[in-house]
Amino acid sequence: MAEKHTAGAFDIRNVIGGLLAIYGVILTAMGIFADPETDKTGGPNANLWAGLALLVVGLGFVAWSRLRPVVVPEDVEPVTDDPTRPAPKKRPRAGH
Amino acid sequence: MVVVAAGAQALVQGVPAALPAADTLIDASPVDYLILVVYFVFVLGIGLIARRSVSDSVDFFLSGRSLPAWVTGLAFISANLGAVEIMGMSANGAQFGISTVHYFWVGAIPAMLFLGIVMMPFYYGSKVRSVPEFMLRRFDKRAHLVNAISFAVAQLLIAGVNLYLLGSIVHALLGWPLWIALAVAAAIVLSYITLGGLSAAIYNEVLQFFVIVASLLPLVLIGLHRVGGYGGLKDKITEMAANAPAEAAVPPADQQLSSWPGQALTGFDSPVLSVIGIVFGLGFVLSFGYWTTNFVEVQRAMASDSIAAARKTPVIGAFPKMFVPFLTIFPGMIAAVLVPEIVELKNGGSPPGGASGQGVAYNDSLLYLMRDVLPNGLLGLALTGLLAAFMAGMAANISAFNTVFSYDLWENYIRKDRSDDYYLRIGRLATIGATVVAIFTALIASSFSNIMNYLQTLFGFFNAPLFATFILGMFWKRMTPAAGWSGLVSGTLSAVVVAFLSEDAFGSASLGVLPLSGQGAAFVAASTAFVVDIAVSVAVTMVTQPKPAEQLVGLVYSETPVETRTDPNEASYPWYRRTVPLAGVALGMVIVLNILF
Repeated sequence: MAEKHTAGAFDIRNVIGGLLAIYGVILTAMGIFADPETDKTGGPNANLWAGLALLVVGLGFVAWSRLRPVVVPEDVEPVTDDPTRPAPKKRPRAGH
Repeated sequence: MVVVAAGAQALVQGVPAALPAADTLIDASPVDYLILVVYFVFVLGIGLIARRSVSDSVDFFLSGRSLPAWVTGLAFISANLGAVEIMGMSANGAQFGISTVHYFWVGAIPAMLFLGIVMMPFYYGSKVRSVPEFMLRRFDKRAHLVNAISFAVAQLLIAGVNLYLLGSIVHALLGWPLWIALAVAAAIVLSYITLGGLSAAIYNEVLQFFVIVASLLPLVLIGLHRVGGYGGLKDKITEMAANAPAEAAVPPADQQLSSWPGQALTGFDSPVLSVIGIVFGLGFVLSFGYWTTNFVEVQRAMASDSIAAARKTPVIGAFPKMFVPFLTIFPGMIAAVLVPEIVELKNGGSPPGGASGQGVAYNDSLLYLMRDVLPNGLLGLALTGLLAAFMAGMAANISAFNTVFSYDLWENYIRKDRSDDYYLRIGRLATIGATVVAIFTALIASSFSNIMNYLQTLFGFFNAPLFATFILGMFWKRMTPAAGWSGLVSGTLSAVVVAFLSEDAFGSASLGVLPLSGQGAAFVAASTAFVVDIAVSVAVTMVTQPKPAEQLVGLVYSETPVETRTDPNEASYPWYRRTVPLAGVALGMVIVLNILF
């Protein structure tokens, strides 16, 4: 692994950006095509505005990770045990 | 589906008064379910990919490690942004108004800064990885056993709270009876755990944070728009408090609209006692106990690459945490003037319906507000945020229980020296058992109208004595092993006694001998537990043998070398990357917020 190894699709900014952008598309479409239900929101087309905002934020995250990629370091330290991980345990049992 | 949409349309036009007769509280459209499905495809997809390919999963976790501090900071907040924050705080907001902010500005930020400045270097340097482990090494097996059992019980009870809230959303969506909704919700959580949704916990937490913000922010903005801005909200709360019938015991408007002295929250008649209760009970005992001994959260910080980054994690987390109340408390306050059912409840009525199906409760404020102000689409996003938070919260409780049960309890006290595979199997059985037990603890939780009362009572039982023993054992090397377990036991028992004697800290089981109610009772129970724990520990220490000093290296502050507690590079960073100046900024901002509200 001589070349720089980036986190790529696993970069959390891509994951966040992707999800928010998908939601942005869905809500924007709802805002354009569905009933805006202005009796609930008191006027504004909430789906449209929220959708556009999510789209901008989502794409912003993806752009950020493209511009400043995370480089995975070469010296791989073993992943330590995390009790919130259900299984299997990586820690060798003590005392044997 | 056309029928469903038409039904929703009819409901909207049919004006809320006719609503309780409707079969479900919330009418979700296919688009709402689509948003929900997309989220779980993402979360489970990440988990499955991480488990399938080993080399990728190394990259995956490492990229998590080499991420900037904002990610661990958000994960740190998000691990706590579950049931407590969202439903509990909005219930509190509806019932007590703005004084709920004490849970953030007094009850969280100072403890988080303390954790970053004082405790984190100690954890990092001493290599303590869990509270039971600290108890075992610092004291002895008895303290370890007491702590492991009380931790396991606490996780089961809190998992019940998460499950109850999860079940109440299933009920609100589908209209099933509560116990069926609970069983279904439990099955969903079980499959989430087994499908590996937790193996990417830190990713899910950050993702969840953004989904929750994206769903609560429109709710607050639209809600404020409907009531005429913050000014309109204040006017409506004032008007409502003035017209409420006396037997409804609605707190006066000035108590609902300013944070201090917080009598609405504590239920104390005296403002001085109320301030003491908030500062000592909530701000010191409960919150320091929660934040400094809660290793689910401390683990997030430990995952960072250096001691400096670990210290900064809770400090960075303090900044978003400061503004979370605007997303959680405001919806409750808006619901209390906008949603007919909550208005009726606050005026002393008992409207039928509610997410539990057993009558409207303050816990339902958020769901009702969503029903009333969010169009389909945004509604789905909001439901997704809630479900994600409760599910992740319960899954974290269950797997924390699982770890303590199989490794701390089963391996130490029941079956020693078996294979890894054996304990793994025990862990799996424990997961299933815990999920089943959680259905029953969820039924306990469902008997509380305001879930915050119950949670704070539980924290008083478990976290307050733990914090007392922990902090005393850490700074006082003379403290003996016998003092360790006896302090914990007597602290917890004293809190239980206070809760039983109060008016309602235990729900209907309380006897009402002491004139304490609401969250003030929980604050008093926690303070009692803390004081009793310290007193018993000191008394027992005086008559028993301490551990020799060489066994306390890395476990007691004075015996831990300074080099293991500091980062040599820290001084060379600019001020905004150093822990202490950042903490100072956070503290300043909180003081300003306290003055403004």
